[in-house]
Amino acid sequence: MSAPHIVYNEGYLDEQTKRVIRRALLKGVAIPGFQVPFASREVPMPRGWGTGGVQVTAAVIGASDTLKVIDQGADDTTNAVSIRAFFEKVAGARSTTRTDEATIIQTRHRIPETPLAEKQILVYQVPIPEPLRFLEPRETETRRLHALEEYGLMYVKLYEDIARYGHIAKTYDYPVLVNGRYVMAPSPIPSFDNPKMHQSPALQLFGAGREKRIYVIPPFTDVESLGFEDFPFEPQRFDQPCEICGSVGVYLDEVIIDDRGNAMFVCSDTDHCERTATASVRDETTEVSA
Amino acid sequence: MKNETPLLSVTGAGHRYGDRFGCRDVSFDLWPGEVLAVVGESGSGKSTLLGMLSQRLTLDEGTIRYRTARLSDADLGGAGEDERMAEDLLDLSTLSEREVRRLWRTDWGFVHQNAADGLRMHVSAGGNVGEPLMANGWRHYGKIRAEAEEWLRRVEIPADRIDEAPATYSGGMRQRVQIARNLVFGPRLVFMDEPTSSLDVSVQARLLDLIRSLVAELGLAVVVVTHDLAVARLISHRTLVMKDGVVIESGLTDRVLDDPQAAYTQLLVSSILQG
Repeated sequence: MSAPHIVYNEGYLDEQTKRVIRRALLKGVAIPGFQVPFASREVPMPRGWGTGGVQVTAAVIGASDTLKVIDQGADDTTNAVSIRAFFEKVAGARSTTRTDEATIIQTRHRIPETPLAEKQILVYQVPIPEPLRFLEPRETETRRLHALEEYGLMYVKLYEDIARYGHIAKTYDYPVLVNGRYVMAPSPIPSFDNPKMHQSPALQLFGAGREKRIYVIPPFTDVESLGFEDFPFEPQRFDQPCEICGSVGVYLDEVIIDDRGNAMFVCSDTDHCERTATASVRDETTEVSA
Repeated sequence: MKNETPLLSVTGAGHRYGDRFGCRDVSFDLWPGEVLAVVGESGSGKSTLLGMLSQRLTLDEGTIRYRTARLSDADLGGAGEDERMAEDLLDLSTLSEREVRRLWRTDWGFVHQNAADGLRMHVSAGGNVGEPLMANGWRHYGKIRAEAEEWLRRVEIPADRIDEAPATYSGGMRQRVQIARNLVFGPRLVFMDEPTSSLDVSVQARLLDLIRSLVAELGLAVVVVTHDLAVARLISHRTLVMKDGVVIESGLTDRVLDDPQAAYTQLLVSSILQG
């Protein structure tokens, strides 16, 4: 008994679908932060697991690309590993865990610590593309609010936070104003990462598969996190360094290490952590030998 | 302080539902500081008229003109638009959706019968009152908060309940929050659709008192729709009586209620229970 031999088109999606997505991407580049509707296709994973990101990646990836996939900063989670393997198989692309070597980085919930460069593409998986969604449930109305640039409602959310907690308590998916025009949901990245989007040299693509929306931040675009004059946006801060590599000024995850609730704080970006740790070990070795 | 031109001038206005008119051939002028009551039985086209005036329903015949003082210094549009805006009376049908929504934000209030329609029930009272300010570009939390506090005080909401959601309030309090929300941005014209009819009688009286004093204090023009003649008597200067979508009688409120001319108005006035 022979297994049926399946030949996939390059990047899994058929050429027409890739054209549809590329057209949406181009429109997104032309209107930074605007949510472009697109015909979201089925991909071999359930909706909500990054189907939007996978479709966007499939539309831009080629055999000469090097793909990195991160899930909450980690390269080694099930989802990240299987998406990497998927594109190795269907696009013939190489994959890497190193941020600086990748040409395309598909991400869920993080922007890498290593600064991105020109000619790199960051693809975000987006669960809910509409920043006004939980304040205004009607899609017809939110589209109108975007069209007429009426963003008072977004500030109501921030007002409520300050009234209740004394500061803006939203720490992820923190709304941003792109290019001075569209308010955009940056996908559930921590607000720690928000400043990295501003004037980033990389192209940032956002794909929401279930909600069928694509939006884009072109390179070197202004991305301003919203805030009040007397309560401006403040990204999260961490006082202690990473307990593995000793980095400061990075986003830390709390990891529970035993049954008594003890925890350690370590880098959420595994690639950054690994490279910093290796580098410091090498430094120590050099010092000792010198 | 009698103005030369009215604030709102309506001529032959009508709105059609399919091939039947919800209200038709309505004409009146409204001056600043004036309260106009629209009374009539249910189904007489009162709310349709209100929807039409506030541009929530389409105007299918006639014209509605409005004196726009503030749009002339508005930051939107080009020079041509500014010229048009500077005219005394502006035909509302020439406005784009953006301009109509601007009127909603800056010039017009709309108080719904059911407070849940006009409020965000799960946003705090302070947030509800502050929202129109934020929509108008206020970006200073302290100032927004102070203004919301001030307005909640004016509508007699206890200061310690500012951070509670209207969902936790009584009907009368909700209605008062709604009024604060509609007055906080300094409108010149307020539409009210049965503002008191879902409340019990003692609360009604206090709310009417409040509306009357705020209106007098701020010099607002108000169009209030009601089926309750007592409300018309208490707060309005002039009254329109509607039946089957047309205005059958209009005049000073005291004249209309004390000396009704139309047969239907006579019936309406005589049907009030006398104690």
